[in-house]
Amino acid sequence: MTDQGTQSPPDERPPNGRSFDGVMDRIAGIGEPIRRALLLPTLALVLALVVGAFIIMVTDVDAWRRMGDEPLAALGDMLDGVWVAYRELFIGAFGSVRALSETLFTSTPLILAGLAVAVGFRAGLFNIGARGQIFVGGLFALWVGLHVDLPAILHIPVAVIAAMIGGGIWGGLAGLLKARTGAHEVITTIMLNFVAAFFTLWVLKTSVFQEEGSTIPKSAPILESARLPTIFGSQYRINIGIFIAIAAVFFVYWILFRSTIGFEFRAAGFSPSASLYAGMNVAFLYTAVMFLSGALSGLAGATQTLGLPPYTVTDNFAGNIGFDAIALALLGRSHPFGVLWSGLLFGALIAGGRVMQAAAGVTVDLVIVMQSLIVIFIAAPELVRAIFKVKAAEAEPTQVTTGWGA
Amino acid sequence: MTATAELFETEARVRATPEERRSTIVGIVLIALGVYVFWAFGLGSGAGLDARFNLSLQTDRFQDLSWVVDARTLSILVAVIIVGLGIWRVTRSALSWTNISLAIGFGLFSLAFLAWAAAGGQFSLVGMLRSTVLLSVVVVLGALTGLMCERVGIINIGIEGQLLASAFAAVVLSSAFGTIAGLVGALLTGGVLGLLLAWLTIRFHVDQIIAGVVINFLALGLTSLMTARILTDVQTLNAPERISAIRIPFLADIPVLGPMLFDHSFFVYGMFILLVGLHFGLFYTRWGLRSRSVGEHPKAADTAGINVYWVRYRNVVLGGMIAGFGGAFLGLSQVARFEENMTGGIGFIGLAAMIFGRWLPFGALGAGLVFGFSRAVQQKVSILGIGIPSEFLLMLPYIVVIVVVAGVVGKTRPPAADGQPYIKQ
Amino acid sequence: MTLELRGITKRFPGVVANDDVSLSVAPGEIIALLGENGAGKTTLMNILFGLYSPDEGEVLIDGKQLELSNPSASIAAGVGMVHQHFMLVPVFTVAENVVLGLEPTEALGWIDKDAADAMVREISDRYNLAVDPDSMVEDIPVGVQQRVEIIKVLVRNARYIIFDEPTAVLTPQEVEEFFAIVRGLKEDGKGVIFISHKLNEALEIADRIVVLRDGKSVGEANPKTATENQLAEMMVGRPVELEVQKGLAEPGKVVLSVENLVVLDDRDHRTVDGVTFQVRANEVVGIAGVQGNGQTELVESLTGMRPSLAGHVFVDGVDVTEWSPRAIHKLGIAHIPEDRQESGLVLQFTVAENMVLDSYYDRPYSRGIQMDWDVAAHSSERLVDEYDVKTSRVDVPVSDLSGGNQQKVIVAREFDRDVKLVVASQPTRGVDVGSIEYIHKRIIEQRDEGAAVLIVSSELDEVMALSDRILVMFKGRIAGEFEGATATTTEVGLAMLGSGGSHD
Repeated sequence: MTDQGTQSPPDERPPNGRSFDGVMDRIAGIGEPIRRALLLPTLALVLALVVGAFIIMVTDVDAWRRMGDEPLAALGDMLDGVWVAYRELFIGAFGSVRALSETLFTSTPLILAGLAVAVGFRAGLFNIGARGQIFVGGLFALWVGLHVDLPAILHIPVAVIAAMIGGGIWGGLAGLLKARTGAHEVITTIMLNFVAAFFTLWVLKTSVFQEEGSTIPKSAPILESARLPTIFGSQYRINIGIFIAIAAVFFVYWILFRSTIGFEFRAAGFSPSASLYAGMNVAFLYTAVMFLSGALSGLAGATQTLGLPPYTVTDNFAGNIGFDAIALALLGRSHPFGVLWSGLLFGALIAGGRVMQAAAGVTVDLVIVMQSLIVIFIAAPELVRAIFKVKAAEAEPTQVTTGWGA
Repeated sequence: MTATAELFETEARVRATPEERRSTIVGIVLIALGVYVFWAFGLGSGAGLDARFNLSLQTDRFQDLSWVVDARTLSILVAVIIVGLGIWRVTRSALSWTNISLAIGFGLFSLAFLAWAAAGGQFSLVGMLRSTVLLSVVVVLGALTGLMCERVGIINIGIEGQLLASAFAAVVLSSAFGTIAGLVGALLTGGVLGLLLAWLTIRFHVDQIIAGVVINFLALGLTSLMTARILTDVQTLNAPERISAIRIPFLADIPVLGPMLFDHSFFVYGMFILLVGLHFGLFYTRWGLRSRSVGEHPKAADTAGINVYWVRYRNVVLGGMIAGFGGAFLGLSQVARFEENMTGGIGFIGLAAMIFGRWLPFGALGAGLVFGFSRAVQQKVSILGIGIPSEFLLMLPYIVVIVVVAGVVGKTRPPAADGQPYIKQ
Repeated sequence: MTLELRGITKRFPGVVANDDVSLSVAPGEIIALLGENGAGKTTLMNILFGLYSPDEGEVLIDGKQLELSNPSASIAAGVGMVHQHFMLVPVFTVAENVVLGLEPTEALGWIDKDAADAMVREISDRYNLAVDPDSMVEDIPVGVQQRVEIIKVLVRNARYIIFDEPTAVLTPQEVEEFFAIVRGLKEDGKGVIFISHKLNEALEIADRIVVLRDGKSVGEANPKTATENQLAEMMVGRPVELEVQKGLAEPGKVVLSVENLVVLDDRDHRTVDGVTFQVRANEVVGIAGVQGNGQTELVESLTGMRPSLAGHVFVDGVDVTEWSPRAIHKLGIAHIPEDRQESGLVLQFTVAENMVLDSYYDRPYSRGIQMDWDVAAHSSERLVDEYDVKTSRVDVPVSDLSGGNQQKVIVAREFDRDVKLVVASQPTRGVDVGSIEYIHKRIIEQRDEGAAVLIVSSELDEVMALSDRILVMFKGRIAGEFEGATATTTEVGLAMLGSGGSHD
């Protein structure tokens, strides 16, 4: 590269004058204009809702049956279906104290798993394995919750730490494989998800976990002392897990932007080659960051096994959190605070989605579709720009991965 | 004089090359495997228990072919051969044989395992081989999809979603309008999702892996939603006509090979034709040369007057259509109905098969057969009921993928521009 | 019958790469386009070739306007380009590379291999290029690869041929052969544009010299009357010191000692095949050689980036052969890597973050694992001043800086501590003249302060200018050793081709 012209043009950044104090903000990645941070996600959400409405309409079987005879009435039914679905979604998310409790309760594991994916992104790794790590972490916590007899003040921390170790091992395994053999983490983490799911299915049928007399993969109820205490009494499911999640947000912020290892994570994420030349042990970093990522997912697993009434665990306790986490990490631009807000948003969508499913017959799968769309719009800001004819120029496309290169 | 002294000193600190080290590791693995075979299958099989491997199906022209073997003797023999191969590897001679030794070792291991499992009973070997082919079809087609895309530099993680969505389209359209409509619909669905991948990654520079993951979940979400809202309500849309097998005259009567290869639906024959076509197309035609140049060095292709974007769009869409073909096979050929998330990760296994097969069509076939075999073993062995929990057998193909991508195959060389966006000024 | 560029302007975010540039070439004429790195030469030619589209201006061939949208249009109009970074697919054969885009085919698009080979042979014979159509491109030397590029252009019947820095990868003898080829093209009636930043080459080959500076055309010169100093002043805009000022070296004790080192490259070839040499304190040793003869792997091995297969590396008598990059770095080794954008800097990081990229883990930048970004920022501000890095602040991404300033960030980072040994790989590649002078001065300063310096460069001029002692690498071995003060370009050039040399 000799001439300016052959270099890739530097990414477009507004050349606004920042004082020297701006150094800290830049390095820390905060202090971006609020508008820039919010505009794109808001537009993405709006677009996703619009497309979602369209999907609700075209999948309305009853309305289609009327279409031949009374097309206008059928169309009205369709629009009504959208209205009911979105109304219930909103009410289910924000409409009552119970709804708010459900939103926060649902957000808890999402925030934790979202942090897990975000940490991976920052180090250039795409951890699709939150699901498997939730399983393994959750099982570790479950074992402690069932078989270790401790006072609550110790029992909960021990179970939570066990979950972090379990999830960390499962994530770290993928990191180790990448570091030692170059096996791409996208493939290994997906495969480890399947392995963990089958393992969970099996282990919940063994005498170690299974409820006596049960024939299905379902654990016995965990000991009282290991249950995450609810905050507003047992009629609301929200528990201290949300505080764990918020603490994790600040912890991850500190790790990423204020610690030496976070500096290494980010350097390796942007340029593994330059990190190697700077003397960083990139192989170790891959393992470490995947351990950290797995540990955060493991925490999400713990909130699922220790905090979900009736405190018996079935084989699908990881739900769809693993995917939600990817979407919300992208939505939150892999920044811990961004993840916090996106986690709350997705928590609201899903909590509301459950009510919508019950009341309007639109399954929660719609939320998956909307999340996918949000990710597309976030990852392709130009698309949003083209649709809304606005200048969302500040948003650069996200490039987090590069080929299969070892 | 000094030269010899220096040379001597040089040799005093010679470290192994990566290939030599791999040979040693493979050797140690093989020795351990051999010892395990001896202990578990050799000593583990009761003395004098015969395993009967059936070599014909009830529908075959030639009936009652079988191979009877003493499980213990066979296992011990296999153990000795595997240990021998392992020792040979540890000596680091003939390095090009490392992978072949490994393949032979695992093949023999499987044989001993089956003999042990079937000891004192019988086991349909030909049935298992037939299943191997059937179970590898989607894996191979998935791998070919990935190969089509990656040969032009675009990583396709969305194969899973392309398979799932096109299976759904095949089932619904076939139920409503007949088989042809189902097939066409599946091809189009796969192609459209390929187009979406190409559009997002080329036009909007979306990270290729993110785009692929999104396609997977979009397909999962949409098909699940439509299954719940439409198919449960209108069951007739989930009842396509099952596509039956076409027996090829004479060839289908060959013992073992006949039922294995020549008594299938046209999907299987289609896969083989596609495979051969892709092999020659990629390496002997203008289309292949241009495609590969775009995947290796897009700028060089551009300066040679080749439209990089067009080539990428075209191949990714064609790749999606291959996945569409695979999805139609999933939906119409075996169970002939759509179930939520019925792909169960097979698209990802296809992706791994592509890597294992080193981005070569016949490599994809070989890798696909390995995965098909591991699934076939899992299915047949769970019928035998040998005390291994079914969950562990179900894990097997996924573990095989991890082992494979973690470098059983040694150093692979993907297309040089794989995964990199090509951005013109 | 001419090729004419009129008023070409091309802007990139933050830079005007070409500012109203006009230029013309006639058949049978050789134009040298001279300019510093970053002057906009390559951009201009990429526009002519249809790789970039200009913001303003037009190109006329024989009076007809050329559509500047893609290379196909330019190729069809008779423009060919031999790029500085070869546009060859390494895993294709020579013939496959040549016919790519105009493949002779039979039915079903089947490629007619014999016809393809014949196309290569015909041109190869006509211009005496000696290229085998069946060789794999990644297996042939760069000099031959360049001839493949020339064949590619000629097969497409180009009438105007652009050579972008064609001599950068050649030995002095190969340059002479190359000039013979270019003269042959000229006699054939081709118009040639020869891009270079080397004054003597422009004077030797060109009929007319056009000088670019900061994206603007600053004038023409007649090679018969112009002098190197005049041209240099036109290029840089001020009088330039062409010689590196340095005193005589007084080499001290041995600092770096390499013994029989064997290193494999990524394809498991013995790219460094038994190399032995020493570098002493107060001494600059330069390694010359055509790129791809093992220099890259040698440096990677010395700095701990690449394991060696056999042999030893000693620094100050300590065997550091299997040490990690960080351990070697801590011994006091400053490393300027070959590719600053890929390996030297994290482009998305700020200047400050890059300044502490290999020292962040220790005081004063961190305590335990807690970073102290205030200290890092202040220290970076000091280094930016001290090393003349032109940047508004230290909190801008380093990618916003020019190539020369990026390189100065690396130099500042690496030299700002007790340095025993400097390992500098292509220290001034793609850097403007001012920065080159500055970086050379700093390197000599390190030598005079007692460091041992190892320079690896494919620019023979740079090696000759800086080195007290010159080693030549050829096919993984040391093929010659020369005294810096007395060596001539010819003898070093011969050694780069693997012949001659005064090693024994």
